[in-house]
Amino acid sequence: MIYYLILIIFLLLLMIGAAIYSIAQKDLLYAVIGTGLISLVLSILFLLLQAPDVALTEAAIGVALTTIVFIITIRNTVRHEDEEKNRRTLPNQTTK
Amino acid sequence: MKKVLVISLLAVFGGYLLKVLFQIDFGHQFFTNGVKDLYLVASPEKLKVANVVTAIVVNFRGFDTLGEVTVLFLATTAMASILYKGRHQLGERAVLFSGSSIVTTGSKLLFPAIILLGVYVFIHGHLTPGGGFQGGVIVATGFLLMLMAYKDYSVSHIVLSVVESLAGITFASLGLVGLINGGSFLNDFMGNGTLNALFSGGLIPIIYITVGFKVGAELTGLIYTALNEKD
Repeated sequence: MIYYLILIIFLLLLMIGAAIYSIAQKDLLYAVIGTGLISLVLSILFLLLQAPDVALTEAAIGVALTTIVFIITIRNTVRHEDEEKNRRTLPNQTTK
Repeated sequence: MKKVLVISLLAVFGGYLLKVLFQIDFGHQFFTNGVKDLYLVASPEKLKVANVVTAIVVNFRGFDTLGEVTVLFLATTAMASILYKGRHQLGERAVLFSGSSIVTTGSKLLFPAIILLGVYVFIHGHLTPGGGFQGGVIVATGFLLMLMAYKDYSVSHIVLSVVESLAGITFASLGLVGLINGGSFLNDFMGNGTLNALFSGGLIPIIYITVGFKVGAELTGLIYTALNEKD
């Protein structure tokens, strides 16, 4: 029982750490990977709390699909947070 | 002024959250109120479904599932109507660097296994954890892997939309058959079979197979549309 509690507390701390990492990170690609890590740990927690259905949903949608959609978005816009300040126009309005 | 507004809004929100959290009696092993006893007893004994979550989602709350599928359909339709381009005006998929031979061979090996896992998840939705939505998303991730690994891999929009429409029509018409047969929408008109058998649970496996096909086709089309956007 005590090992179970230690495992759950460790996973919760890992989730908080990943969330802080993805906020603080300036490279948006790494930040998206951080949010994917949150979802992965959350799905393990759901499994430990005996909700396998929710764990499966979280693993499929939170880890795979959301991350991929954000990565596609980053590829079509900007990768680093600092680039946004220099850019005055939207990406598809820039003259080539 | 703006900061004060934001902080006060957050404080109100946090206060309500704390109030709700204190009302949940954590520490007790079981909830005492509600309809959970009815569901827990009726799904194995009357409906012969091993997975109670599936029984609630598809049988007791089947109409809500139809609504969820409709919401997903509307969302993908809206996104496709913004991003859709005909075959001739489709942009070359922008790739920073092509996948190495390890990536391409590995994804070619993994692709059938991922599709098989997705199909397993939605066929066995009434026996094991998972169901139509989860299985459909896993199928879509398989296609996504191939789309990311190969530069010239493409899926047919016509096939995807036909699969999606047929699955939706099947779901709705099964509900209408139940309406004609038993007097209420999505009424179960098939025998329930035995517990833990693959062909059991009445309409539940059929509905979950249609939902799996529908979700898989929708999400694959969505990713394909987003990947091929010309910038």
